[in-house]
Amino acid sequence: MKQRLALLLAAVMAFFTLSATAAPQRVVSLGGPLTEIVYALGAGNRLIGVDQSSTYPEAAKALPKVGYYRAFSLEGVVALKPDLVLASDQAGPPQALEQLRRLGLRVIVLPSAPTLDALEQRMHGVAAALGLRNDGRAMVTELRKQVDALAAKQVGPTRALLLINRSGNPEGAGIDTSADAMLKLAGYRNVLSAQKGYKPLSLEGIAALKPDLIVTSTASLAASGGLDALLARPGIAATPAAKNRRVIVMDDLLLLGYGPRLPQALRELKAAPALARQ
Amino acid sequence: MAAKIARWRTPAGVLTALIAVLVLLMLLSASSGAMHIPLSVLPGLPFSAEGPDEALWRSVLMDVRLPRVLFAALAGAALALSGAAMQALFRNPLAEPGLIGISAGGALGAVGAIVLGGGAFIVLAPAAFVGSLVATIAAYHLGRRYPGMAGLLLAGVAINAICGALVGLFTYLADDNQLRSLTFWNMGSLAGASWPLLAGLAPWTLIVGALIARDWRAMNALLLGEREALHLGFPLKAVRRRLILLTALLVGPLVAATGAIGFVGLVVPHLVRLALGADHRWLLPNSVVAGAIALTLADWLARIAVIPAELPIGIVTSLVGGPFFLWLLAQRRH
Repeated sequence: MKQRLALLLAAVMAFFTLSATAAPQRVVSLGGPLTEIVYALGAGNRLIGVDQSSTYPEAAKALPKVGYYRAFSLEGVVALKPDLVLASDQAGPPQALEQLRRLGLRVIVLPSAPTLDALEQRMHGVAAALGLRNDGRAMVTELRKQVDALAAKQVGPTRALLLINRSGNPEGAGIDTSADAMLKLAGYRNVLSAQKGYKPLSLEGIAALKPDLIVTSTASLAASGGLDALLARPGIAATPAAKNRRVIVMDDLLLLGYGPRLPQALRELKAAPALARQ
Repeated sequence: MAAKIARWRTPAGVLTALIAVLVLLMLLSASSGAMHIPLSVLPGLPFSAEGPDEALWRSVLMDVRLPRVLFAALAGAALALSGAAMQALFRNPLAEPGLIGISAGGALGAVGAIVLGGGAFIVLAPAAFVGSLVATIAAYHLGRRYPGMAGLLLAGVAINAICGALVGLFTYLADDNQLRSLTFWNMGSLAGASWPLLAGLAPWTLIVGALIARDWRAMNALLLGEREALHLGFPLKAVRRRLILLTALLVGPLVAATGAIGFVGLVVPHLVRLALGADHRWLLPNSVVAGAIALTLADWLARIAVIPAELPIGIVTSLVGGPFFLWLLAQRRH
């Protein structure tokens, strides 16, 4: 009896200490997809700072920026006096997360891999770190349901090319990229499956690969000088995708982030326009 | 008034003034940043901290900022000293440590470590150091066959080109994550500063720096010309070998720890030379202090320009140093 009482007491105490530490109110998020999850969980008002890759939703853009998550400013984070730091496992510089911990901050590192499993871990992780009661389970269930429904919808054998342009020269996404994972999840065949990572396009090669569909991001399109300029590029112009103007343009974070808007991303990808006119 | 200024412009006077500026700047830099620490509490902070605010200030100051401020001063001093030594050795105002492959070799080592070895600091720093040392030694040995400095210079150019090409190749092979690490390494950063790093680098830098400065007489003799220096009794070949090796030993670990920070090594010695003339007895110590000032200032600006984020320091050194140097050159013409 006595032992049981002690156990109960311990459990109650554990509950109280947990709930005391479990509801952080000043959160800094290092990674766009994590920021999105915080907002999707309805806890956006607890964010006091984000990194520069946090471009969605609109409200995130107004928050103080502590630098790009791969090179965030240690002091910048500390100065915001957060009681929780959510970080992608790609956040850096390498020793900075450790230094945050040494300064007494609670740092939760979450996987950044472009897979459904990792996304679920991110959702559970963020919800648990925020001390939300349902642990993000509702969100994950909903995600599974929508993704499964979308997966059932066939898109036909479409050869897709995913273009990213950050510097003026379009680069194609090969395997081992979140872009490739996204194409596969949507049911497309990546024409660059022989290549690893992002590489500058070989214009001859692209014409030879004959993609039926070109997928690109908003920022990439802007860097390429707009849709018409992109499709008029030598090599690209000769592809079936360019001739039929089958191009999907999506917001960068939506397309590459593997965040909570994954179902929306899949939906937009699958609704591949037969003819994109402008 | 003029006499007063003239007396003030003695090398020793300038050195004193520069040291004073450096100390003030370091205090200023330590007190400001994303987290504001009032100057009034700053001096006492390392010894005691009362209240929650003070405790946080103290840990930020002691764990994050102070190592960084000291590291900036140390790196700036070493870069400027090595720049001055290289300019004397090559008898060329464009010389800097990068000329003999130190930076390019370091970059190659670091990039190789990022792409092949995952890029943890434990792997990256030694790889960068070994890279810079190997590149320098290769440049020296290949260049030795030509008489004088021309051979070393040409070998350095070739080594730089090869390292650059290999860095390009690694960049091509890199995946998305590695690519982003590479970009940040190339822009340089002092964010890696920590007490253990300082504990290793500070004594090393002081000793190697002192060994370089010991050759100031040979550097002065070289001002007259290589033949003249030989006739004055300086064993030029030994001096050359020693200075090149020492420079690689001085700058290699820095490049490894900070990435590529340009401009300081090239420009700071020129600034001092413009102000004081080329006597290395005074040029070297003044360059050391001026280099420390330059990088401390750049780091301070990098930290306060876009609070709460930070600018890469390599951008700041070139962006602020470039126009300042041009302005100084324009002044001289009158």
